[in-house]
Amino acid sequence: MQSVHIVSAYDEELKYLSKRIAAMGGHAERMVEQAVTALVNADPGLAQKVIRDDTVLDEGQREIDDKAIIIIAKRQPMAADLREIVGTIRISADLERVGDLAKNVAKRVVAVTDGRQPTSLFRGLEALSNLALTQLKEVLDVYASRSVEKIGFVRDRDDQIDAMYTSLFRELLTYMMEDPRNITPCTHLLFCAKNIERIGDHATNIAETIYYIVTGDQLPAERPKGDKTDKISLSETQPVK
Amino acid sequence: MADLDAEQKGTAQTMAARLWDSRWLLAAGIVAVLAVYALAGISAYVVLASLLLLLAAAILPATGARQSTGSGAAIEAIGLQRLSGEYLAAAVADPLIIFDRAATIVHANAAAFAAFGGIAPGMSLSLKFRAPEMQTLLDGVLSGDVASDVVDYMEKLPVERAYRVSVSSVGHATDLYVLVFKDQSETRRIDRMRADFIANASHELRTPLASIAGFIETLRGPARNDAAARDQFLQIMQSQTGRMARLIDDLLSLSRLEMKPYLKPGTEVNLRQTVDSVIDSLGPLASENAVAIERHYADGPLHVPGDRDELFQVFENLLENACKYGQSGGRVVVSIAHSDAGSEPGIDVTIRDFGPGIPEEHIPRITERFYRVDVETSRTQKGTGLGLSIVKHILTRHNARLSIKSEVGNGAAFSVHLPTH
Repeated sequence: MQSVHIVSAYDEELKYLSKRIAAMGGHAERMVEQAVTALVNADPGLAQKVIRDDTVLDEGQREIDDKAIIIIAKRQPMAADLREIVGTIRISADLERVGDLAKNVAKRVVAVTDGRQPTSLFRGLEALSNLALTQLKEVLDVYASRSVEKIGFVRDRDDQIDAMYTSLFRELLTYMMEDPRNITPCTHLLFCAKNIERIGDHATNIAETIYYIVTGDQLPAERPKGDKTDKISLSETQPVK
Repeated sequence: MADLDAEQKGTAQTMAARLWDSRWLLAAGIVAVLAVYALAGISAYVVLASLLLLLAAAILPATGARQSTGSGAAIEAIGLQRLSGEYLAAAVADPLIIFDRAATIVHANAAAFAAFGGIAPGMSLSLKFRAPEMQTLLDGVLSGDVASDVVDYMEKLPVERAYRVSVSSVGHATDLYVLVFKDQSETRRIDRMRADFIANASHELRTPLASIAGFIETLRGPARNDAAARDQFLQIMQSQTGRMARLIDDLLSLSRLEMKPYLKPGTEVNLRQTVDSVIDSLGPLASENAVAIERHYADGPLHVPGDRDELFQVFENLLENACKYGQSGGRVVVSIAHSDAGSEPGIDVTIRDFGPGIPEEHIPRITERFYRVDVETSRTQKGTGLGLSIVKHILTRHNARLSIKSEVGNGAAFSVHLPTH
């Protein structure tokens, strides 16, 4: 995918960076997946595992930062190489944040599943996390294949995530109005939903970085904020029958 | 003992055969010995020489015989060497990927393309298969720590799949490695299906069951002799059992769909014909609800790759919904059009009704299982809450997209985008 350099060690170093990004990406995907599974199945053991796994991503990010700085200092990269390296730093920061958000979801597992909650409470969150995970997976697949012409889907998907989040927000609000005992789990679930929505945003950021790495242009800025939860109030929310 | 005899007999037979094979050489040798005898006249040496000659004739030709059987094996080896790795990979039914020391894909067979998509020679394997267990698998074999390894690999999206992945190096010092994926999805999915089915079914069947149980109790107790009430109650019970039956049908067809995650390639569906037969089969329902169905089809052939029965179910569910929930609009428009917008060309099938529409906050969620916009309307329309999630499942398998546009008061449009390749 990169042009061949005279010093083959340079190629090796660049390859190593992208390999580390892929490993971090895989790890982040797995963490999000397991955090939501732990939440839906009320599995504190799995949640603990997710919390422990976060250190791997933190280390990954630090290592990529170090390596990238060393490459810049040693090789004086230009053009595509420089974009590649700077992009790597940015993507690893995004992935590290994704890990933190997954960890936060995992931390809430105990509080949410404290009394047995009806499954309908989690169904929406599961659907939201599937959307966010699909987004993350497709973006990382584009990083592997470098086929940026496929990046248009990212914004569609982002809109879907926002719409789903808005709808979930409303639903959780109605549950809280129905029964004050729902307030604790639902508030935690609201934060979980927000975290997952943020994961989608990070995936979108990564997509923009990849577009920049490959083309050298910024993805045209046409991102209206689709999340409408700022306008939801109790008066217009009707309890679910 | 008998074995030994047979063996000895066999040896004797080969000895005789060897003697016969070398008869000319032997004859020449004996002639030579006789000639020497005639010249020198030393008898003791003659007997010794003849014996030696016989012995040599019996043993030596063994090498010749060995050579002739060896040449058969040589032909086989040449055939195998000529056999291209590509043909061999193509003959393997499981996804198979050959990669080099830098984890770059050298070759992937057709099954691998069908299963994973978006892989091409030259792409980095560790970038495509990012799951932590795959990374350790690849690292292990590439570093030379292990010659081969096996790991279980799960993919959750877009459809859930499980593989047992084995990796091993190819030949000696070729610097090539092979990755074979053995599909384990079915066994896993049967387990999950059982759990899911029980969870969903028990939850959703409880309501009609409770109502039937209540009516039976009333019929046996207070309403025992009330003919009018009995008839009414039996009516309700009948509709409840009908609901349970429909629910079980839908759950089963959803579970069946989840059993086979991706499609057999190569089959084509004629959309025009499929949609027409859907409209015909729903004719009675449409007239019952006083809904007129209009058709707007694009010209030319309208073929997409896919499974006809499954797509039939997609359009059937969508059109049924449009007739039921868009009843007040009085008409439903079914249109098929080519669409080249976006990254992939395809065909859009849109089913539009002019009913009350769907409130914005429900649109992203109506494809979830058992999600209902309005529980009461769904009940009266005999909905199970599974129709759209079946639609979504089938479309995921077809790499297709469902987009829903609706405004309250202006009806709803369900648009299916099917890619043409």
